[in-house]
Amino acid sequence: MPEVRSPILELQGITKSFGGVEALRGVDFALHAGEIHGLVGENGAGKSTLMKIIAGVHTEFSGRFLIDGKETHFRSARDAHAAGIAMVHQELSVAPDLTVAENVFLGNQPTNALGLVQWRRMAREAGEQLARFGIDVDPMTRLGDLPIGLQQLIEIARVLFSGARIVILDEPTSALSPPEVERLFATLRRLREEGAAIVFISHFIEDILLVSDTVTVFRNGRKVAETASAATSKGALIEAMIGRGGEALEHSYTDDLMLPQSSDSAVILKVDQLSLSRSLKDVSFEARAGEVLGIYGFMGCGQQELSRILFGKLKPDGGTLAVEGEPKTFASTAAARRAGVALVPESRRDMLFHQEPVYKNVSISILDRISSLLLKPTQERDIARRQVEQLQIRPPVVGLDLGMLSGGNQQKVALAKWLTYPPKLLVLCEPTRGMDVGAKNDVINIVRDLRARGLAIIVLSTEPETVLSLADRILVLKRGALVREFKNEPVSKDRLLEAA
Amino acid sequence: MASSETAFAEAHRARGLAPFLRSQMRNIAPFLTLIFLSAFFAFASPSFATLDNLGNILTQVSVTGIIAVGLTFVILCAEIDLSIASIANVTGIAVAYFTLQESYVNIANVPLPGAVAIVLSILLCALLGLVNALGLTVIGIPSFIMTLAMMQIAAGISALLVRGQIAYKVPGLITTLGSGSVSGIPWIVIVAAIMLLGGHLVLTYTRFGRYVYMVGGNREAAEYSGLNVKLILGAVMVISAVCSGIGGMLGVAHFGSAQQNEFDTYLLDSIAAVVVGGTSLFGGRGGIGNTIVGLFVLGVLNNGLDHVNIDSFLKILIRGLILLAALIINVYAQRLREKAAE
Ligand SMILES: Nc1ncnc2c1ncn2[C@@H]1O[C@H](COP(=O)(O)OP(=O)(O)OP(=O)(O)O)[C@@H](O)[C@H]1O
Ligand SMILES: [Mg+2]
Repeated sequence: MPEVRSPILELQGITKSFGGVEALRGVDFALHAGEIHGLVGENGAGKSTLMKIIAGVHTEFSGRFLIDGKETHFRSARDAHAAGIAMVHQELSVAPDLTVAENVFLGNQPTNALGLVQWRRMAREAGEQLARFGIDVDPMTRLGDLPIGLQQLIEIARVLFSGARIVILDEPTSALSPPEVERLFATLRRLREEGAAIVFISHFIEDILLVSDTVTVFRNGRKVAETASAATSKGALIEAMIGRGGEALEHSYTDDLMLPQSSDSAVILKVDQLSLSRSLKDVSFEARAGEVLGIYGFMGCGQQELSRILFGKLKPDGGTLAVEGEPKTFASTAAARRAGVALVPESRRDMLFHQEPVYKNVSISILDRISSLLLKPTQERDIARRQVEQLQIRPPVVGLDLGMLSGGNQQKVALAKWLTYPPKLLVLCEPTRGMDVGAKNDVINIVRDLRARGLAIIVLSTEPETVLSLADRILVLKRGALVREFKNEPVSKDRLLEAA
Repeated sequence: MASSETAFAEAHRARGLAPFLRSQMRNIAPFLTLIFLSAFFAFASPSFATLDNLGNILTQVSVTGIIAVGLTFVILCAEIDLSIASIANVTGIAVAYFTLQESYVNIANVPLPGAVAIVLSILLCALLGLVNALGLTVIGIPSFIMTLAMMQIAAGISALLVRGQIAYKVPGLITTLGSGSVSGIPWIVIVAAIMLLGGHLVLTYTRFGRYVYMVGGNREAAEYSGLNVKLILGAVMVISAVCSGIGGMLGVAHFGSAQQNEFDTYLLDSIAAVVVGGTSLFGGRGGIGNTIVGLFVLGVLNNGLDHVNIDSFLKILIRGLILLAALIINVYAQRLREKAAE
């Protein structure tokens, strides 16, 4: 149906700077009804910034902004909402203390003649909406009590069913498991049939190619390409994104991959019969020095809880845990850190101090190594600068408040804080979530380097690619129990999915 | 490399005056309030802007200042301590209880050497602070409730020690620090200044100070960074209680007597000083510098109202309104900062 239609949204020559730094330079962007428009680009390329302009979050910028051909200027996100624009932000923006139902109806709860909230009706309708999307939760539970992936799904559902005609999804699939991604795509296609315009941002190029009609590539604040999805390929897109050949980064893990001979180096962590109410059942495994152990499973399979137990944030109901042969019951995360365990959780919000500069974020977990009483800010900055350089964090300014970094760069800072004095056991939850292809590759290299230095590393992920790209041995976790171990044998994405 | 980095930083910082001012609102607003109040009272009363009166103001805010040092730590951690005034009171009473009183004072007290009396009193307030700390961190009672209970407990101990009587004598060292002066400067002002300076140095230059800010800024992230959050929270509760205790001992010497309910107004004054100064009630922002400005705002306000001719009952209302205004600014400063960071 490639007839010429006028776009419902058109941006011309958009330039946006934060202070002196230009995040967008002269970008043109058009969106048509009944279109799914994919957006790709490196971390910090300006994708989120452009979308926040469309959604009325950033109101100061230069350039023309037209809706249905009429010049418009939003003064707030509320204006954008009134114009039929809804957005799922990269950073989860739910209200954790409200119930699921309240979150679904945030801002327009059904009320009766007296203006009182109709709880029963709200709960029923919320339940129905979520069920249509394949989510089965009690609408009256507190949202914050649900796993982060489920929270993300609920937020997506809220936006998709808000009746908006322009829907923006900024990295919505980062916490979802394959079946959920499937369901999301089906819903997107249905909305497209109904005439909505959808923007879909992702670092998963295959997903972009699969679901979108048009792809736009950003680099360094500029739009560098716009093509029909059918007319491009993964390699071409990566090349446009990073400006060099992307062959090495193209691996898609559909073919069998041979896992190496199992190692017989020292056991760093031994977990025996670990259990936690309904989340984990008799989980036992070992992690060895110089080995990357991957733990794969769908969202809600107990990965999150397992990682928290290893870092002393949760206490198991039963089972034991030993580090280098010594039994441990961690009374606090501080005790776990002292025992040589480090954790990078999947949520940046939980891990980082957004109002503090980058260097304080990097140094916080090693302060006791560099100072006994008095702080040594120069040394802190030097350490941070080295990490920023090694991980290629952009912009490379350690004095900048963390909140000013793009999502992917924040993720790198979360990793950076453990690298100066590497622990014995490093637990990484979704280590490459939100990172562009180049950065993912950097992380793979860093993890391999740490492995070579003799660390035991555990990678927990709901993305098969992440586990396959990093792990030497893979455990599959299903509803709280370990159901399969892959070692010294061929493994592929399909085999993993099958086991989970 | 280094020069390009500074250029980058410069570019990021050169974001115009308006956003900068917006992000600094928390520090600027209290300062403007102080200047405005001072100018107003100087204009309204000739006796206000004198060197003598400055000395008065300093002396008047000293006890509040000493107590507010510890409270600043607590509020930076996004907790609250409602037991400060009661702990000040019980510590002041304790130090008198352990001192030999005149025969007409009808208290069954336990006279001890001065140094022992002081040490025991400090141990007492530290112990009460420790109870606060354990309630908050081990049992998990919110600080608001825990310290509310402690407020009663400390008042109860005070009541048992003095049984409605008034004691007058405290150890010589405490008398000197509380009511003596050296070359014209009251010792109590010097002690308050030293404690404020000490608090500032700890918060700004030590590892512990950084932890306090980080725990207040994002407690979850502090935990995920492997900080012992409970230990830090416990420590600030003890620091707060000890500062209150010192303020209480010197206060008793300053007033010349130790009795029940002597410090009641200091609870609100200390909280007001910290918050009016711009330290965020949500934690992580502010510091002793803010508290000092807050102390002066409060001191100038209380003192200045005595210099102008208005209904003394109206004064209470005016104080309340000014505190409300400062609180509104405190909450707005947080929002403006978030906007500026957008
Ligand atoms: N509030 C802010 N203040 C200052 N700079 C900002 C702010 N928000 C974004 N930037 C900068 O603008 C640039 C573009 O950021 P943006 O968030 O749009 O990137 P992105 O393409 O979404 O990247 P990612 O894939 O990592 O999410 C980055 O250099 C970032 O540091
Ligand atoms: Mg982004």
